Amino acid sequence: MMTEHDSAPLSDTPRQSLRSNKAAPAFPVPLPLFVLQPLLRHIVTTVAGRHPDLFERLGDSQKKKFLIDARGLPLVLVLQPDGDAPQLHAHNRHCVPPCDVRIAGSFPTLLRMIDGQTDSDALFFSRDLSISGDTEASVALRNAIDDLDTTLAEDVVACFGPLAGPVRAVLDYVSGTGRQRQ
Amino acid sequence: MTALPPPELVCPAGTPAGLRTAVDAGADTVYCGFQGPTNARNFPGLNFTPKQMAQAVIYAHERDAKVLAAINSFPTAGRTHIWKQAIDDAVECGIDAIIIADIGMARYLAARHPDQRVHLSVQAGASSAEAIRFWCDRFDIKRVVLPRILTVAEIRKVHDEIPCEIEAFVFGNIGMMAEGRCSLTNYVTGSSTNLDGVCSPANHVHYHEDDQGNLTSRLCDVTIDRYAQGENAGYPTICKGRYNVPHKEHYYAFEEPVSLNLTHLLPDLMRAGVTALKIEGRQRSRAYVRAVVSAFRAAVDDYAAGRTPDVSHLLALTEGQRETQGAFRSKTWR
Repeated sequence: MMTEHDSAPLSDTPRQSLRSNKAAPAFPVPLPLFVLQPLLRHIVTTVAGRHPDLFERLGDSQKKKFLIDARGLPLVLVLQPDGDAPQLHAHNRHCVPPCDVRIAGSFPTLLRMIDGQTDSDALFFSRDLSISGDTEASVALRNAIDDLDTTLAEDVVACFGPLAGPVRAVLDYVSGTGRQRQ
Repeated sequence: MTALPPPELVCPAGTPAGLRTAVDAGADTVYCGFQGPTNARNFPGLNFTPKQMAQAVIYAHERDAKVLAAINSFPTAGRTHIWKQAIDDAVECGIDAIIIADIGMARYLAARHPDQRVHLSVQAGASSAEAIRFWCDRFDIKRVVLPRILTVAEIRKVHDEIPCEIEAFVFGNIGMMAEGRCSLTNYVTGSSTNLDGVCSPANHVHYHEDDQGNLTSRLCDVTIDRYAQGENAGYPTICKGRYNVPHKEHYYAFEEPVSLNLTHLLPDLMRAGVTALKIEGRQRSRAYVRAVVSAFRAAVDDYAAGRTPDVSHLLALTEGQRETQGAFRSKTWR
């Protein structure tokens, strides 16, 4: 297994340890993530059920594990967009499982991206978005999500039912959209 | 400023949602391709099934927009049936025009579907009036997409000597100067833009960011570039890399990671007789399509009404955050 410090091409191994290679903030006490896991499970199963076409575009990449690293947060997310059993889990930064792809950026940047407000290639050009690991899987995921009639952010918000309005307002504030609208 | 007749705005779409976004943002025409090797954007998760293409054509036609099918890679011996099937599927969808580059597929179209409108792809590399007239005479080509090697003055001259419409790229990735003849990817990966429909196949691309934030991009074992922390990056294509060559180190030996942006040349292109303005980027997101198509819709309408548009915000969407007018302004470029 490789680590982020190895210099060989990342994709030459089937699944690697792709931890954040930025200086992570110190969070000495593990977060009680068990509170978050049922919500993440609800989100991923709801989105998967709403968009079966997503998995045709993903092809074999639906079996891959994507590490979603929102820089500055004490946790990371691991997504496996498997059409049969989609998984989304939160992990403490010091305990990240092996993944195939790492997608990293600031939380507002990632939010704007899944909300369809900004182009991921442009984020890559400006170095606001970082990709490592299996590039083919990351491209397939980007294109599959981009073909959704809604945005991923809208789907996530809808999962909150009666709280969707306040959740949307918080996301807009964090991503900067709310401030732009004011 | 004198008002000009508005040209057709031809916009990219990599997915059905991208096509709807382009139409809704003001595209007159959208070009797209089928899944597989028949077009030059054969990326994972991208492109249309025949059913999706048919639905896209209906969506566009209901809104007075047109759809073009790019079937513009070159079939190899023993595989021509894949391209012929794509052509048959496109015709069945009611596509407004098929964009081709291969002479064999042009003949197939003329023989099998003589009433189908056909455009000549930039991949065909037809840059002289003589070459374009050959395609028009033999295959009834209605429009040529010009390679990005001509100045506006040269385009005007070509326009006066050919019997078909001209489509010119105005924004996006600026391709190799000998379009349709690039073998760099093939040399490194064994896969070809022209034969397999893919430039820098994603499964051969590797990124590595070290602890200091320096980013290295590789295609197979070839290091294409290394970007310092905070330095703008480009696409992982061989032609945009920096190399050590005999007279220079870290040198863009082929071309630089910049995007074409001809916003300020639009009036000149329109006066030169260009019928259609093409935006590159079927591999880009809906956010890109929405932003660029909206901006060019406004720009074209502003110029047509005699106003000067402001499109300064497009720089953020360009490769390497840099833009150029390439050879359209002057042959001294590069």
